Amino acid sequence: MKSFDLIRPATVQEAIAAWEPGASWLGGGTNLVDLMKTGALEPGKLIDLGRLAVLRDVETLPDGSMRIGALVSNADLADNPEILRRYPMVSEALLSGASGQLRNMATVAGNLMQRTRCAYFQDPYAACNRRAPGTGCDAREGENANLAVLGWSDACIATNPSDFCVPLSALDAVVEVAGPSGEREIAIGDFHLLPGDTPERETALQPGELIVALRLPAASSGFAANARYLKVRERTSFAFAIASCAAALRMEGGRIAEARFALGALAAKPWRVSEAEALLAGQAPDAALFERAANAALAGATASGDNAWKIELGRRTAARALAMAAAGTPQRMPALPASVFAAQAGEPAHV
Amino acid sequence: MPHSITLTVNGRAHEVHLDDPRVTLLDLLRERLALAGTKKGCDRGQCGACTVLVNGRRANSCLMLAATLDGCEITTIEGLSEGGDLHPVQTAFIENDAFQCGYCTPGQIMSAVGLIAEGRAGDDPERIREGMSGNLCRCAAYHGITLAVQEATRRMAKDEMEDAA
Repeated sequence: MKSFDLIRPATVQEAIAAWEPGASWLGGGTNLVDLMKTGALEPGKLIDLGRLAVLRDVETLPDGSMRIGALVSNADLADNPEILRRYPMVSEALLSGASGQLRNMATVAGNLMQRTRCAYFQDPYAACNRRAPGTGCDAREGENANLAVLGWSDACIATNPSDFCVPLSALDAVVEVAGPSGEREIAIGDFHLLPGDTPERETALQPGELIVALRLPAASSGFAANARYLKVRERTSFAFAIASCAAALRMEGGRIAEARFALGALAAKPWRVSEAEALLAGQAPDAALFERAANAALAGATASGDNAWKIELGRRTAARALAMAAAGTPQRMPALPASVFAAQAGEPAHV
Repeated sequence: MPHSITLTVNGRAHEVHLDDPRVTLLDLLRERLALAGTKKGCDRGQCGACTVLVNGRRANSCLMLAATLDGCEITTIEGLSEGGDLHPVQTAFIENDAFQCGYCTPGQIMSAVGLIAEGRAGDDPERIREGMSGNLCRCAAYHGITLAVQEATRRMAKDEMEDAA
């Protein structure tokens, strides 16, 4: 690991003033420290946010929205009673990610900032336009079976690995940031960028900007009774998604009044298609309907390598997540959160 | 840039002077505080062998920079037993044949202690397997590990009720 300067500011203002080109914010460190060990990232300065207790609060604001401090751990947020009650698929997504140890360390802002798990990004000796602009993309001719089928470009076919960001996208979360030129808000849908010709630009953050909080709108809690996260992965626990979907329905009199769903692990950002959601509004829940909506969400999907199978997997994941949401949010968090093997009604548990 | 920190490890306060910010908690424990019970497996947060409790919560010590832990309380496998009596999780691991080579065992036990404190799994084997998925065992002693965590959970709940009574 290349050495670096480490500073531990006591206030957000001090942290922002300490930023300089080449510096990185340090939250839980579960992704950054790992990538520093492989040599993929070599920040000259780490600004440790660990002393900023002000970023660890979860609160309900007067307008009914929930504000989540940037440094709240994944574990604490997943267990927060108000999050479980109002935005249960946020908890299910968090609990389907990483391990118990990592969830205690990882922070919500770090989750938004986590880097792709593309092996060529993590390997400092590989060509990667995202890590080292202009070097090319070894993934195009390499191991690409799990890479993007939506929104990719010739420059980069990486996916965003986050579970948490998928329900955040469906629920219209807002990202609060602070930086050298003041404070501003970014809609979650605008936060992660598709690669285009500049895959090194991963988020809408400007240099020196820091995430201070996330907000979940009050109206988004209207989906709590019918909201699920489904995550397909190569092993039942402690694995990244190969396709996932956060699906939420607001039911009125047996019909879908409003639907939201977003797909994960298929693109460089959570994938949400308003036309696909609109297909569901006013309809009675039904497998054929969910299939049509899923098809619409995957419209335009193309293989970027040996991964055409992910297009069909994405469709089936979305249709099944919608059916699970229609069946209702479980009273208790499933033993295997977001798992395809979680017990359905009356079925034996599978592992 | 040197960093001086105070760490409480297994109840004992240490003043640590770090001349290098790259030192992880894992390397600090093993190489500088002579607490080699915590194991280095993958060194990347994937295997769980380095699991310790930080302020009572389980964490991968290989991904924590020691210089960021000023004032923290650390518990390692060396700090679990009390006055020669093994911790109930340690006893349950022995009685349920929950290891073979033993390399992952300190991490498994610390993770189980953390999981039981979280109260997430109870004695449900499915929830225990899910909760322990951050600890790999290449000898595949998983069946015994699940039984051990179930038994320790029950024993600790019973002890707690008896203490309260």
